[in-house]
Amino acid sequence: MKFIIIDYGAGNATNVKSALLKIGVSSMISSDAATWTNADALIFPGVGSFGAAMKNLGNKSEILKDLITKGKPFLGICLGMQLLMDASEESSGVQGLGIIPGKAKLFITSLPVPQMCWNKVKSLNSPLFDGLDEFYAYFVHSYYCDLSDSSYVSAKTEYGGITFASAFWRKNIYATQFHPEKSGVKGLQLLRNFITEVKK
Amino acid sequence: MWCKRIIPCLDVKNGRVVKGTKFVSLRDVGDPVALAKFYYDQGADELVFLDISASIEGKKTILDVARSVAKEIFIPFTIGGGIRSMDDIEVLLKAGADKVSIGTAGVENPDLIKSAATRFGSQAIVVSIDAKKQGNNWKVYTKSASSNSNLDAIAWAKKAEELGAGEILLNLIDCDGTKKGFGIELTKVIADAVSIPVIASGGAGSKEDFLEVFKKTKVSAALAASIFHYGEIRISELKKYLNENGVDIREV
Repeated sequence: MKFIIIDYGAGNATNVKSALLKIGVSSMISSDAATWTNADALIFPGVGSFGAAMKNLGNKSEILKDLITKGKPFLGICLGMQLLMDASEESSGVQGLGIIPGKAKLFITSLPVPQMCWNKVKSLNSPLFDGLDEFYAYFVHSYYCDLSDSSYVSAKTEYGGITFASAFWRKNIYATQFHPEKSGVKGLQLLRNFITEVKK
Repeated sequence: MWCKRIIPCLDVKNGRVVKGTKFVSLRDVGDPVALAKFYYDQGADELVFLDISASIEGKKTILDVARSVAKEIFIPFTIGGGIRSMDDIEVLLKAGADKVSIGTAGVENPDLIKSAATRFGSQAIVVSIDAKKQGNNWKVYTKSASSNSNLDAIAWAKKAEELGAGEILLNLIDCDGTKKGFGIELTKVIADAVSIPVIASGGAGSKEDFLEVFKKTKVSAALAASIFHYGEIRISELKKYLNENGVDIREV
C-alpha cells in the first residue's frame, strides 16, 4: 500500500516517516498532487503558520480537499488538523480547507503559550485509540480547534482552563492536535491503529 | 493540569557523550543514541544534545547523531552548541531535530532568532541564556559562559520572546555543577517575565531540587545532566516523587 506524507515545504515530514518505519510501514514524502491522488492514504503533518501552509499548498489545496472529501483515508497532525477547518485566528483572511466547520483560536490563558508539553488526551472515541486509555501525548501549538459541530470531536484535552478538541474523526478523516510521532510508544500505537484502519 | 517536563541533557563531542556514565546496562556508555534510548525508556519527556565539538569535522558528527536519534526515539529533541547560521539550523532540523538552541549567535546577531522563527516556526527555536549574577543584576554570558555580553538577562529573555523564540533555556552559571539546586531567584523572575515556556537548568543535585523549582517558579521544564548520567537519580523515580508531591508529570 502507498502511504504518502504530504510535504508542503515546512512540516517535519521525516519524523513521521521515521515513526512509520519503526512500526514497519514504509512511506513516501511527496509534494506532488498526482502522487497524492494515487496514494492509499495521506498523512499531513504540520508545523509553521496556517497562512504559510495554505499559501504553500496553493492550487493543490483544492485537489487535496477533493481527495479527502471523496473518501481517501487521511490523518492530519497538528497544523494538519487545523487546516481542515474554515479559518484560523493566526492568519486572518486566509481560508482553510473548510472540511470541518470551525476555526482555530489563540489560547488565552495564564499558562505559557505555545502549549509545549505533554498533556492528557481524554474522552477517546475513534478507532485511532484502539487499545489506548487516557494517555499523555506531546503538544506544541498556540492555536486550538474550536468546532461548530462537536460530532467530529474524538478526543478532548484541557490546557489553562480551556477544553479543546485534541482529535477529530469522521469516516475516513482522522486528525490529532498532538504529535503521535513524538508521543513515545502510545503515539506509535496510534499510528499503527491508523494503518490498520486504512488496510481494512 | 499543566504537565511539567524532565529533560536530560547529553554533552556530545565528536559524536560521543563526554560526561561518562555508570550505567552497567549500557554496552557503550559513549554512544549518544544508546544513552538517549535509555532515557527515553525511563520516561524522559524530551532530550537536549549539546554539541561541544570544536573542530569542523567534529561538528559534522552531530548530524549523524540527530539522524540516528530521530530513527529510534519518538520524543522531541533539541540540538544546541555552536549554531551560527540559518544553514546550521536547517541541516539540523532536516536531520530530524525538533528544535535547535541558539546561544551566543543570538546575542551577537538577534536577527538570526527572528529569521529562524519566521522561517522554521517559533516552536523550533529555543534561545539559551547563560546568566551570571553581578551585583544586583544578572548578565548574559556567551562563548561557553566565558564572556560577559553585558546584556541584562531579564531584558534579553523578553527580547528573545519578542524576536520569536518559542522557548527559553535558562542556565545559571553560578549554580551549574554545584548540585545545590536551581537558581530559584532569577528563574522565577524570568519565568514570570515571559509568556513562552522556560526550562530551568544548572544545579540540580536532588529530587527535592526539582520539586522546589516546580513549586516556586512557573518554569515548564527542568534540565539536568550529570545526576542522570551518574545514576544518582533515575528519571522514573524522580517522576514518581514529583507526582506524589503534587507536580503534574507524565509517568511511563
